[in-house]
Amino acid sequence: MNAPTEATTLQQHQREAILAALHAVLPAECLLSEQEDTRPYECDGLTAYRQLPMAVALPQNEQQLIAVLKVCRELQVPIVPRGAGTGLSGGAMPIADGIVISTAKMSRIVALDPLARTARVQPGVRNLAISEAAAPHGLYYAPDPSSQIACTIGGNVAENAGGVHCLKYGLTVHNVMRVRMVSIEGEVIELGGAALDAPGLDLLAVFIGSEGMLGVVTEVTVRLIPKPPVAKVIMASFDNVVSGGDAVAAVIAAGIIPAGLEMMDKTSARMVEPFVRAGYDIDAEAILLCESDGLQEEVEEEVGRMSEVLFRAGANAIAVSQNEAERMRFWSGRKNAFPAAGRISPDYYCMDGTIPRKRVAEVLVGIAEMEKTYGLRCANVFHAGDGNLHPLILFDANAPGEFNRAEQFGEAILALCVAVGGTITGEHGVGIEKIDSMCEQFEVSEIAAFIGVKRAFVGAFLLNPNKAIPTLDRCAAYGKRQVRGGLFKFVKQVNA
Amino acid sequence: MTMEDQVKQFSERIVDATVHGKPLRLRGGGSKDWYGQPATGEVLDTRGYSGIIAYEPTELVMTARCGTPMREIEQALAAEGQMLAFEPPHFGDDATIGGMLASGLSGPRRASAGALRDFVLGTVLMDGRGEALRFGGQVMKNVAGYDVSRLLAGSMGMLGLVLEVSLKVLPKPVAEKTLRLELSQEEALLRLNQWAGQPLPLSASSWHGGTLTLRLSGAEAAVASAVRHIGGEVLDAGLAEHWWADLREQRHPLLDAVRLEGLPLWRLSLPSTTEVLGEFGQHNQLVEWGGAQRWIRGQFDAQTMRARAQALGGHATLFRGGDKAAGVFQPLAPAVHTIHRNLKQYFDPAGIFNRGRMYQDL
Repeated sequence: MNAPTEATTLQQHQREAILAALHAVLPAECLLSEQEDTRPYECDGLTAYRQLPMAVALPQNEQQLIAVLKVCRELQVPIVPRGAGTGLSGGAMPIADGIVISTAKMSRIVALDPLARTARVQPGVRNLAISEAAAPHGLYYAPDPSSQIACTIGGNVAENAGGVHCLKYGLTVHNVMRVRMVSIEGEVIELGGAALDAPGLDLLAVFIGSEGMLGVVTEVTVRLIPKPPVAKVIMASFDNVVSGGDAVAAVIAAGIIPAGLEMMDKTSARMVEPFVRAGYDIDAEAILLCESDGLQEEVEEEVGRMSEVLFRAGANAIAVSQNEAERMRFWSGRKNAFPAAGRISPDYYCMDGTIPRKRVAEVLVGIAEMEKTYGLRCANVFHAGDGNLHPLILFDANAPGEFNRAEQFGEAILALCVAVGGTITGEHGVGIEKIDSMCEQFEVSEIAAFIGVKRAFVGAFLLNPNKAIPTLDRCAAYGKRQVRGGLFKFVKQVNA
Repeated sequence: MTMEDQVKQFSERIVDATVHGKPLRLRGGGSKDWYGQPATGEVLDTRGYSGIIAYEPTELVMTARCGTPMREIEQALAAEGQMLAFEPPHFGDDATIGGMLASGLSGPRRASAGALRDFVLGTVLMDGRGEALRFGGQVMKNVAGYDVSRLLAGSMGMLGLVLEVSLKVLPKPVAEKTLRLELSQEEALLRLNQWAGQPLPLSASSWHGGTLTLRLSGAEAAVASAVRHIGGEVLDAGLAEHWWADLREQRHPLLDAVRLEGLPLWRLSLPSTTEVLGEFGQHNQLVEWGGAQRWIRGQFDAQTMRARAQALGGHATLFRGGDKAAGVFQPLAPAVHTIHRNLKQYFDPAGIFNRGRMYQDL
């Protein structure tokens, strides 16, 4: 692939000294440095970007982690923290002269309190494992990213992971009560707590979604909520994307917050249907999946109201899931959109812009135009309820120039998202992938503020450097405006 | 003055204050002047920068300028059948949305719907350099850059002047019923925690003096079914509305202790399953948020109160009245305090904004 591999700048004896220091603080099975062992860590879910790290440390507990951080601090070794490596923005891509710290060996559910509805878990616990442990008590952990079988809570905290139910149940930031983490200085810091709020500034909110730059998580307390006894999903077909988009607005305008509200375009429906046989109308220009959950009578009432609204908004066909198997089948297409893309195209590139919902038709038309410009196909799946768009750009990395075109296509989509009042990433994070697009979305003074926030947490920039927040130089190179302009710069970005 | 000129004026004033090291006291309607440590500095009145900038009910987002009165915000929402789901207290007719954000307070619906910070989508912050910085946005999901907007919720103005805020809003529930049950505090706490683990449409709770008041909100069918399940007496809708409004605005006699009896009011934020805190006298207590918020009226030693709250996994605030010299908010762990100081130093290098309002040295 097109890995932007960097060469090591360390001398052999320097590497040996670092590995020896790490060996001294970790059991032998907790340190990988042979290429065949570190190979699985060379990339995360953004596989186009690969880099072998010098070593991979897998601490078993907080003490070992603190010791590893001490070594890295003293020897100035950059660190990339890693959960399951399912991230889609290259946030866990290693650094040639750095190490990866994997939380895989810290994977214990420490405590689950059904009465208080909380679970205290180590960072390497899988997202779905929390819900499985809570299930006997009728509880679950709400955020459900598509990778939930594999992804870990530590990674979810780093990325502020979402899922298909966030409009009603929130993102990671809404469902995590406390994070225990170790700073690069080796200090153990607790943010949030067991109560509903904590004194002082809401540092927990800043830490969640900070992409592993502010500290390494060692424990997380999550909120568990009651599992709704019944869920039903409506599948509605529309003969154009505009009426599909309008239908989404109409549902919200009717005072309904669906448990899930997803939209797929025709390309996506045609891509997944042969793969999963979900029963999608492949002639429809847009398909909406609209879910209701709750008590039996509540769901009946809501599904009735939703169906009425969807018909009035121009749906030409509606099907309501009659049982759990059918509900899963309706969802299967949406949930398998990424693998289905992999089936019809050698490679695909998943974007993650968020836009005000009302601009959806316009953005989809814009993307269709770009397909011609860049000579690549794009399938669109959309968390319509919260405006989070996932265009899947289909390409072949082995065809000369296609990867570059796919990247340019992606950047153009993100620029369009920003232009209509949206953002470059709704839930996948900036990572290494969208670092230049940050300069598109933010003024230099705002990037400087992010760097100020980072400095407030950490003295040394060894944690996941060069990810998520671009340097001011990088933005200057990107061609955006002047450096922070002293005290008297006029404030033109305010709405007046 | 145009809004643009108003922003320019704020900026000049802030730059001047930074250059001369003159503290500024950010103030909207002054409805929460009593909250936090005593305010110092020259007043910077935010009310000139007022008005709803954008509100589209189908986007579930409202953006308003800091000086916009809360009553204007809530009227606009009510006209579209929507609300601020965290039910913020106003503490006076002059309350502004800027003050709401800075104080970070949430009302009765907090335990089920989430806190103010959960609904903050974006902000424009004017820092100590007089520059307007835009964080977050007007969309539901946004992970570009650190979430500085949520950090500003409850920041007591210590990081700068929040010029604008975008909030997620929600439809008002279709149906609402309030129930009354006679229960001991111990029994009420147990039931509240059990109910919260079941798919019931609970939206608020309060316990005082042997009476538990519960609010259910949601679809007609869900509320009706929960009423049957929980039992108790159904309160008249008008009375119920008054009850929750009084609770939110702290017009309940226990919460109004400073005015009525000259007694301080403590707020303990604790895990919801925390035992009954018998040592403070049950008649002095009002429980909210399913057990997670305990109001305690009376003169108590701050050290004792804080040590107890901390041991239980929470924290104590000298919410209203009392001797603020002992500190209004629970002291922070040293490493966390350092982060606060660093953030203050970055956003407000001359230390002009609401100096000492949250912690005396910040």
